[in-house]
Amino acid sequence: MSVSGIFEFLAALLILIGGIISVISACGMIRFPDVYSRSHAATKSSTLAVLLTLLGAFLYLWVTESLVSVRLLLGILFVFLTAPVAGHLITRAAYRSNVKLSESTIVDELEEALQKNKHE
Amino acid sequence: MPAQFLINLFIAFLWMMFVDEDELKFSTFFTGFIVGALIVFLMHRFFGEQFYLRRFYAVVKLVLIFNSELIQSSIFVLKHILSPKIHIQPGIFRYETVLRGEWEVPALALLLTLTPGSVVMEVTPEGNVFYIHAMDIEQSRDDLVRSLAKFEKAIMEVTR
Repeated sequence: MSVSGIFEFLAALLILIGGIISVISACGMIRFPDVYSRSHAATKSSTLAVLLTLLGAFLYLWVTESLVSVRLLLGILFVFLTAPVAGHLITRAAYRSNVKLSESTIVDELEEALQKNKHE
Repeated sequence: MPAQFLINLFIAFLWMMFVDEDELKFSTFFTGFIVGALIVFLMHRFFGEQFYLRRFYAVVKLVLIFNSELIQSSIFVLKHILSPKIHIQPGIFRYETVLRGEWEVPALALLLTLTPGSVVMEVTPEGNVFYIHAMDIEQSRDDLVRSLAKFEKAIMEVTR
């Protein structure tokens, strides 16, 4: 196996792992009990999945066509910047519009703070 | 800071001329830049200020921490998803940060959302109190607070 063959294999492996992780996080979207814990699945694992997939594509293009694709790296950067913001906004909007927390929730310090704000 | 950078550039150009190639090559310039950085690093205490690439080093360190946390948190979430019965006790807790300003607070919020089992739900208008939704509050609260302190330190090294 030549060096480029090894790198191609690595790239394929990265893309495969990325695909598997995104499938699992999609399952998580269904399995978790409420919006807030679903957002955990949506923000973290899928960010990693996108990272791995784009990294695999980057590696493949670099080895086979000796093309350093800056656009793929920028894609990673922007997913990193936007995924947490989207997660934050969704949970915040959900909480503000009184979406219920799941029954297994044990602590909620935000409610007290919001109540206090309303009274002032 | 600018003085150090200019000296570094100057050494890089000097290096390029001493090597005396037929054409300008970026790789030669880069070698010169590294040599210059080394010289400036050895001499930076005579300037009476910090080495200017220290901030760059801090940024690299922050990125590495970020990536390792992202991988850890993904494994944590994936483990929960794949376990046959989901046993989690989510909760929302309050965290007060020492960071200030328009760069530091969003950076921390960004990092936090990608750490094991936490999503930032609300930031107060003053910008120093976070409300964090943790996926398994009993287990992970101590870990969370510890990694929060780590992030704060790493961010402060970049911005201050």
